[in-house]
Amino acid sequence: MKRNVLPGLRLSLGVTLFYVGLIVLLPLAALAVKAASLGPAEYWSIVSSPRSVASYRVTVLAALAATVFNLFFGLALAWVLTRYRFPGRRLVDAMVDLPFALPTAVAGISLTALFSANGWFGSVLGQLGITVAYTPLGIMIAMCFTSLPFIVRTVQPVLEDLDPALEEAAQSLGGSDWTIFRKVILPLLSPALLAGTSLSFARSLGEFGAIIFIAGNQPMKTEITALLIFIRLEEYDYQAAAAIASVLLITAFVMLAITNWMQARALRYTVKG
Amino acid sequence: MSDTNHRRKPPRVGDAPLFRRTLIGIVLVLGALLILAPLVIIGVEAFSQGWQTYVATLDHPDTRHAIMMTVVTALIAVPVNTAFGIAAAWSITKFDFPGKRLLLVVIEIPFSVSPIVAGVAYLFVYGLQGIFGPLLDAYDVKILFALPGIVLASMFVTAPFVARELIPLMQAQGRDLEEAATSLGASGWRTFVAVTLPNVKWALLYGVVLCNARVMGEFGAVSIVSGNIRGQTNTLPLHIELLYHDYQAAGAFASASILALLAVFTIIAKVALERRGAGRRKALGTDAAPQGNRP
Repeated sequence: MKRNVLPGLRLSLGVTLFYVGLIVLLPLAALAVKAASLGPAEYWSIVSSPRSVASYRVTVLAALAATVFNLFFGLALAWVLTRYRFPGRRLVDAMVDLPFALPTAVAGISLTALFSANGWFGSVLGQLGITVAYTPLGIMIAMCFTSLPFIVRTVQPVLEDLDPALEEAAQSLGGSDWTIFRKVILPLLSPALLAGTSLSFARSLGEFGAIIFIAGNQPMKTEITALLIFIRLEEYDYQAAAAIASVLLITAFVMLAITNWMQARALRYTVKG
Repeated sequence: MSDTNHRRKPPRVGDAPLFRRTLIGIVLVLGALLILAPLVIIGVEAFSQGWQTYVATLDHPDTRHAIMMTVVTALIAVPVNTAFGIAAAWSITKFDFPGKRLLLVVIEIPFSVSPIVAGVAYLFVYGLQGIFGPLLDAYDVKILFALPGIVLASMFVTAPFVARELIPLMQAQGRDLEEAATSLGASGWRTFVAVTLPNVKWALLYGVVLCNARVMGEFGAVSIVSGNIRGQTNTLPLHIELLYHDYQAAGAFASASILALLAVFTIIAKVALERRGAGRRKALGTDAAPQGNRP
């Protein structure tokens, strides 16, 4: 085996491990220790209290709804951006990143302004009997906004690399567009779609800034889990904050594992032999 | 063969004019409602009470202090994160060592962790009920509810930003050039500056721009560690929340307009850098698969 001649391993790896240890791992370990210092019974009673469970329910349901919406809208957006040419396409492509670039607090207050009872959208929806602001629907909209780019940006490169010959072959065999989409294109896209979906869902579960302005934040009804942690801290109930935060942290790790697995799978499909 | 060049390309799936127009129409309308409208409303609301209110808000000492806090935080967190990103990319792409894949996963953890969880986690390190809290208190060192806490929390949420732009690119470029430079007697630093950096400069800048946008806009993690002390530990996003809950909507939107401008600038910079090849991922999962430098 050839000896590596490049210098700087000790310095660069040392800096990396120190930084990752101090900035990322130490705080997470401290949180885990704090949560573990509660006895099992106490821990369980906090994380399974009715108010906690209600917060998981509203967070997960809104995140699911937002992710399903983004699955369709994100796929349509990626499709339109890669397959069609129309004036303003580049501008739309750039604007897709706005939810990533716009600070969440800013997104939160502007979505609230749009959807509140006398806002541009809220007043119109109000006449139809739909209230968005300060309801779970508002939480869903905020999640839709912040997590939309994930699906577009994971699907887009796969759509761009799709070999036209596959479609041509299916067309020459007499397949209709819808059949070809379902039987040829969708299976090729599905690993990327799944990966984007899990990223979008994970982001929605942890989102805070964009949601709290529009959510109404009523305990048991429109209180997301991240906000419940914040409230427990304001009440100086550090143990409850640690316990509930550990639930979000464990969920994040599970989602991370799922996403990594899906991306590895997606990679296997997209890399051409 | 020459007539193939003149033949029209066969229509692909979804190219039927009616379907095409309908889909473009739906996407543009939804996009305008969900993405464009939130940006437009910021400007409208910011000037809803006239120029004077707008200028007065931005000129208010609390706003100016919040802007300063945000800029100072970014001036510390972004360069430190950039140095980390370069060190991480250098060690991961130029050497082989056990645990490399694990290190890659750990670097990406902050992407998956809710900013609120990050803030709480920092509380249990530097807060009074945390590991170092009592010690820091004994020596009267303030980390939480002060600038250091804000900087640390910002560094957590943006830790992967620079590294993940550099790693795939430096992985793809291999080690041959650096090895040649070193064997000709260049020092490590010289090799990096003269050989590696020119090849990755746009990707580096891309990571820096995105990192900066996130640091300046971070809300959840910072709102926990800052303590929200008006005129002291408020960054711009926290100041926006404070004004908003004080029923000063126009002021909140005026402050938000600065961050919205930053977002627009970030997107323009992103597009410009992508034209130079930064941030382009051919396919998914550009996770740096370990490539031995030689068979």
